Amino acid sequence: MSTSALELKDIYKSFDSGSKQVLDGLSFTVAENEFVSIIGPSGSGKTTLFQLIGGLEKPTSGEVWISGKPTTGSRGHIAYMPQQASLMPWRSVAANIELALQVAGVERKASGIAAREWLDRIGLLEYADSYPHVLSGGMQQRVSFLRALLSPQPLMLLDEPFGALDALTRQQMQRWLMEIWEQNKRSVLLVTHSIEEALLLSDRIMVLSSAPAVLLEEIEVPFARPRSPQLWKEPLFNELKQQIQDLLQ
Amino acid sequence: MGNKGRRSLHAIWPSALLVLILLAAWQLSVDSGLVPEWQLPSPITIVKEMAEVWPRLMDNASATVSLALIGFAGGALAGFALAAILHLIPIVRKAVYPLLVVTQNVPVIAIGPILTIWLGYGVLPKLILVWIVCFFPVSVAMLNGFKDTDPTLRNYMQMIGAGKWQLFMRLELPNAVTHLFSGLKIAASYAVLSAVVAEWLGADKGLGHYMILSSKGYEPARVFASVVLIVLLSLALYGLVALVEKLVIRWRPVKGEVRS
Ligand SMILES: Nc1ncnc2c1ncn2[C@@H]1O[C@H](COP(=O)(O)OP(=O)(O)OP(=O)(O)O)[C@@H](O)[C@H]1O
Ligand SMILES: [Mg+2]
Repeated sequence: MSTSALELKDIYKSFDSGSKQVLDGLSFTVAENEFVSIIGPSGSGKTTLFQLIGGLEKPTSGEVWISGKPTTGSRGHIAYMPQQASLMPWRSVAANIELALQVAGVERKASGIAAREWLDRIGLLEYADSYPHVLSGGMQQRVSFLRALLSPQPLMLLDEPFGALDALTRQQMQRWLMEIWEQNKRSVLLVTHSIEEALLLSDRIMVLSSAPAVLLEEIEVPFARPRSPQLWKEPLFNELKQQIQDLLQ
Repeated sequence: MGNKGRRSLHAIWPSALLVLILLAAWQLSVDSGLVPEWQLPSPITIVKEMAEVWPRLMDNASATVSLALIGFAGGALAGFALAAILHLIPIVRKAVYPLLVVTQNVPVIAIGPILTIWLGYGVLPKLILVWIVCFFPVSVAMLNGFKDTDPTLRNYMQMIGAGKWQLFMRLELPNAVTHLFSGLKIAASYAVLSAVVAEWLGADKGLGHYMILSSKGYEPARVFASVVLIVLLSLALYGLVALVEKLVIRWRPVKGEVRS
């Protein structure tokens, strides 16, 4: 068996010396180059789970394994795309991408070349030397995604990456991300509140209960890739959507 | 550019007009004998006097300027270094920061005579005085700048595995640059003044020294001429810092700029 990109082993997490139970025995894996989404009610502990995987928090008990190694409480093993683009305002677009790569240990020169090459590919090369504030919200998120995609860590964590965008931009971004990901597969764990988004993008969906969070259901999304943006027209899409909706009630 | 220049002209003309009116009123009240010239020399007299003693004024001004500049640079540098050390060693910060804030409110200039007792009338006590005056605003501003980072940026950096030093170099330090300039501007506006005060305490050169000399010699026009020069120098140093700030901090969205 090949090693999983991520393996969570019976994760418990509570705050305030145990009085606030947030994660209640969570176990699942993300296989190599698999796209997995997490859906759960607000406050169910999704961001907390990411903080645990990123090594910023330690689980009360349980273990995090990344690429076959125990990484519980240690940092630097993941690429990350947060809800807010989180671009440094004093760095140009290209320099922001380079920063992420350099923190992850990529050489200065290689990071510069990669940043420009990919900005060109996604049609943002003309903004390489601009400061982030001149970009629209959607463009900023493209840069933010690119920065995570180019980082050498094998696992990408995306925490509601399109949550702050308007509905139309959000749809465009989903298709854009799907296309890039299908051509450049990486192991992805995505947190989202949108069931459609999860169904469109993922291979599997983890449905969490509200706090303390347990895994309610693990749903395989069987649609073949490359996927059509018209997926929502298929009856199975709506069946799965209904199923998840019922779970979240 | 031309458009921008016109706009800033537009912004200052009311103040410029007011200054002109005040100057005219001043001139008139002296000319009409309302205020005696020995109490308040008229603007024209002051300008004439300035022209007359210009070489001596320049000579003294150069001493004051170098005192202010060296004190300013040294104080700013020390303020920056202390802020960085305090920030990177939390336990030291905890001990020193409250004291720093308290001492910042002590009128530092009052310790001038003490410095003179300890160190005599040489250049060192004067330098130390300017240095201390410039030191506080810079260190406090920098400390706040290091601390006041955007939590989402901090979380991002930590998530991708940035260590303490990377966090400092890539996030906290650049974030503090805007704060650095607000501290530098405060220090700049005090630097010339504190140099002059230091010279009052005893010096054989400098505008402060020249003022005292002129005052003792009943030369009000010369005292005023020195004051005008001091004000101009102070504004110039402030303007210089503001200019450098404009050149360095170019990432801020320009007001009125349309996002594409
Ligand atoms: N450091 C902390 N101390 C105490 N409680 C915390 C801490 N961090 C998170 N919590 C609590 O844990 C719970 C889960 O929070 P979390 O942010 O992980 O939820 P979430 O699923 O990401 O929510 P959302 O969908 O709104 O983003 C919340 O009740 C929150 O108040
Ligand atoms: Mg969250």
